Amino acid sequence: MASTPQTLFEKVWRAHEVSPESAATPAVLYIDLHLLHEVTSPQAFALLRERGISVRRPERALATMDHSIPTLTAQVFGGAPIAIDSAARQVRELEANCAEFGVELLGLQHAQRGIVHVIGPELGLTQPGKTIVCGDSHTSTHGALGALAFGIGTTEVAHVLATQCLLQSKPRTLGVNVHGRLRPGVTAKDLILAIIGRLGIAGGTGHVIEYRGETVRGLDMEERLTVCNMSIEAGARAGMIAPDETTFDYLARRPRAPQGAAFERALDEWRRLPTDTGARFDREVDFDAAAIEPMITYGTNPGMVIPIGGSVPAHGDDPAFAQALAYMGLTPGAAIKDQPVNVVFIGSCTNARLSDLRSAAAVLRGRHVAPGITMLVVPGSQDVKRQAEAEGLHQVFLDAGAQWRESGCSMCLGMNGDLVGAGQYAISTSNRNFEGRQGKGARTLLASPVTAAASAVRGRVTDPRELT
Amino acid sequence: MEPFTTLRSRTVVLPAANIDTDQIIPARYLTTTTRTGLGGNLFADWRYDAQGAPRADFALNRPEAQGCSILVAGRNFGCGSSREHAPWALYDYGLRAVVSTQIADIFRSNALKNGFLPVVVDEPTSAWLIAHPGADIALDVAAGTLTLPSGAAVEFPLEAFARHCLLHGVDELGYLLARGEEITAYERRR
Repeated sequence: MASTPQTLFEKVWRAHEVSPESAATPAVLYIDLHLLHEVTSPQAFALLRERGISVRRPERALATMDHSIPTLTAQVFGGAPIAIDSAARQVRELEANCAEFGVELLGLQHAQRGIVHVIGPELGLTQPGKTIVCGDSHTSTHGALGALAFGIGTTEVAHVLATQCLLQSKPRTLGVNVHGRLRPGVTAKDLILAIIGRLGIAGGTGHVIEYRGETVRGLDMEERLTVCNMSIEAGARAGMIAPDETTFDYLARRPRAPQGAAFERALDEWRRLPTDTGARFDREVDFDAAAIEPMITYGTNPGMVIPIGGSVPAHGDDPAFAQALAYMGLTPGAAIKDQPVNVVFIGSCTNARLSDLRSAAAVLRGRHVAPGITMLVVPGSQDVKRQAEAEGLHQVFLDAGAQWRESGCSMCLGMNGDLVGAGQYAISTSNRNFEGRQGKGARTLLASPVTAAASAVRGRVTDPRELT
Repeated sequence: MEPFTTLRSRTVVLPAANIDTDQIIPARYLTTTTRTGLGGNLFADWRYDAQGAPRADFALNRPEAQGCSILVAGRNFGCGSSREHAPWALYDYGLRAVVSTQIADIFRSNALKNGFLPVVVDEPTSAWLIAHPGADIALDVAAGTLTLPSGAAVEFPLEAFARHCLLHGVDELGYLLARGEEITAYERRR
């Protein structure tokens, strides 16, 4: 058995089997880290309460608030009431649930609060070889450090709270091999959008993706987090990248990573995780990084994506395609470049880390957003916010006419009142362009932080390479 | 969870592919802290006009769709977010099953935990069902079959454990709690 070459995924999966899958039952899989937030946890705590069950391993759970909370400083720190009553109730309920069940909470005013998928890696809680779950589909983000991380529903949140385990059928593996060098102005966001465009939004269904090849090895940790984040937009519950020196350097001295001798011991374990030579994937696909352009979506799912210099495709008489273009107000054959936009959003678990804010600020420095443009910059965590402010990035955004907010999911899904108006075009660094995602009738164009910033300056879709 | 053995119903059809969970239940309705009461907001942005009145041209609003408990949908139903509010809303509305050629992983897992049956069929069967809204069909969980009005039965995949849970109304939490000793043994040997 030990001599059979294994993939990274298989190694992590096997190490967490309390009992393996059989013909009659799924595997019982042990979960190392459970992240919780205010929107998908209340009904899970209620289920525990109804049945008189306690949390089995509270030290393996960490809760925060990100989805429905306000990003306006007055409502977070200034004592102003949270504008949406039902969101305020979710905040209070999470506080009460965490206190009752003994789960650590990084609450609304906590210095380490942030988007759940930003703070896990940032705190050093996300580590190679761990199993990580959260009631959120973008949990795939954490796979960037070599963890097996996937989103779960609220019933499963209750399962993990009660037993620290989940019943799971073993997924298949998909190797995504990326070779060559990304060209200047082409970012990790463009890479993952290009991958989704080719796989299709259901192409990874039933699979765990491992991103491989020298292009992926050359990405820094924040770029890797962006790539793994959007695995679910190709239908894959998890995306992973083998841990290497980039991973270890990132984790060293993070507050909740192992320290000192314990870190050295962990390194010995982590170095054994990468996929063995000769290990087989159920499927493999290859990408040439040098052929990828800055990408932008034109439709109502992330697979409807084109190079920024391209034209909106025509799709015969497919009614769903026609409906998507009608919703977007776009015409087949029209260039996407120079499409006017109304709103620019830099934020979300995909692109709100320090490097994202730096790259957007580099475009905006000494420039101003075009007249009539509303621009929101929402850091991924309070820690990102502090670091950005220490570098003066917030002043660049404010001077350019953008709004600088407290951290949270914000306009990515518009639960907290940060909304795009009906019929308006938003260029957004987030992960979903579904109908109504950013507000009823809102039209979302997904792109990288530099493309979003360049488009803010001109007030229309702009190739970032024209503004350097 | 109530046992789910067989279901016979006329169908209501939403032919679009890639119906995502933001369409099934838009995010602004997720600030609830209970599982019930979401049915009124199912497909809210498709079902209601800007004034909040039902749109007569939307399939679920048509008179012939009332009382249907099987939804037929285009490929890749339930993609997107992990919100369990999606199957909760479908169930609360009165639907009990969705038939498609492909169903997203997290939605499928959530649906099964709520007695909402995800039925994946082949392309020709799906195409026929999409072309025939209101067809009277039957689902049999024990046999794993969908029976068309012609009497032809089409098999759909269902894992043994999921089938067992549906047929007996068993929820997985009880099963996991009963494995407590094994879980403790695992924690000790790590």
